[in-house]
Amino acid sequence: MAVEIRLPTVLRQYANGVATVKADGETIGQLLEDLERQFPAMKGQIIGDDGKLHKFVNVYLNDDDIRYLQNLDTKVAPGDKVAILPAVAGGA
Amino acid sequence: MSDAKKIYPSVLDLIGNTPVVDISSLSPNKNVSIYLKLEGQNPGGSVKDRIALHMVQTAEKDGILQPGATLLEPSSGNTGIGLAMVCTVKGYSLKVVLPDNVSPERKLLLEIWGAEIIYSPGSEGSNGAVRLALKLKEAHPEWVFLYQYGNVANPMAHYLTTGPEIYSAVPDITHFVAGLGTSGTLLGVGKYLKQKNSDIKIWAVEPPAGEMVDGLRSLDDGFIPPIFTELNGQQILDRKTIVGPRASILYTRELAKLGIFAGISTGAALAGAIKCAESISSGKIVVLSPDGGWKYISSGAWTDSLDVAEAKARSTIYF
Repeated sequence: MAVEIRLPTVLRQYANGVATVKADGETIGQLLEDLERQFPAMKGQIIGDDGKLHKFVNVYLNDDDIRYLQNLDTKVAPGDKVAILPAVAGGA
Repeated sequence: MSDAKKIYPSVLDLIGNTPVVDISSLSPNKNVSIYLKLEGQNPGGSVKDRIALHMVQTAEKDGILQPGATLLEPSSGNTGIGLAMVCTVKGYSLKVVLPDNVSPERKLLLEIWGAEIIYSPGSEGSNGAVRLALKLKEAHPEWVFLYQYGNVANPMAHYLTTGPEIYSAVPDITHFVAGLGTSGTLLGVGKYLKQKNSDIKIWAVEPPAGEMVDGLRSLDDGFIPPIFTELNGQQILDRKTIVGPRASILYTRELAKLGIFAGISTGAALAGAIKCAESISSGKIVVLSPDGGWKYISSGAWTDSLDVAEAKARSTIYF
């Protein structure tokens, strides 16, 4: 099942400059694996060697951070929106 | 917020004890009540008065802050303003590293309380302010760097005051919703509430990093507040959700219809609470309103068309 993933500016250089890509999978982890298959240069940028999300990468399923859902095992459904964003400072 | 029957020796004694108002009429679920804690009632106008005072008092106690000292702090506004007020009262000098795209009212308030502003590029968001402040600290070891992102006195202020106030106002609270910036409010209040009742859920709301991170060269330039890592924040939060500027402005306007004039980040937190209310069968949600709307009047958030207000909010830091 293909789901649309929105990439942050900093990762677009590895995906021919595009902002959104389609990837296949039933879970977030499978989507990200497919993303790395399509764009090998992205390998190591999102998922580390330990198999976990890079600490400065946040992945959102319909605006919810997956670390507080079922992490990489979070299931995706048709029409879901996935976004990858870098962790940055916020706050007043 | 104070007791009207008392006389207080200093404006700093008026920090905290903010009121909670019932806004359940905005709840999409009749079995879920929503209460708003109005931190804009603090004398410096925001929740950050609490951490400004507590970080300064802790540094004084630890002997880090001596009379006549100069402080340096990265802030997108409210912490700088709170610190400026505290420093004015206590006789310290303050330099605030401020992204240049914050609202003009934030800049003016800092000036009123005598802080020196050092601008960082707005395109780099709060990240840029933090980066520049860390660099300046290296060059000026004589300046005292309280550093809200890495100072446990920040969450501790909320553990000691905001958390207990919320629990005493709403003892049967089921969910706490607040914005995520330094993570101080969520960590301090969250830890206190979970110690009282481990079933209480803590929801974090964050603005979309989107446009603010275009200046980021690589993912390794990312940032997680050191206090979040140190206090194991991931164990305290139960949910983290993004709310964009449009929803934030919409809910800020809904509050205005109830007579509550709150800042734009309050609208964001409220949007998170509405999402929470829709996802549970029953409960009592307390939402933290970081500040009032006064510092954002010029943003047009209430007076421009929604499209124009949203476009402006995308290029300003309102969180």
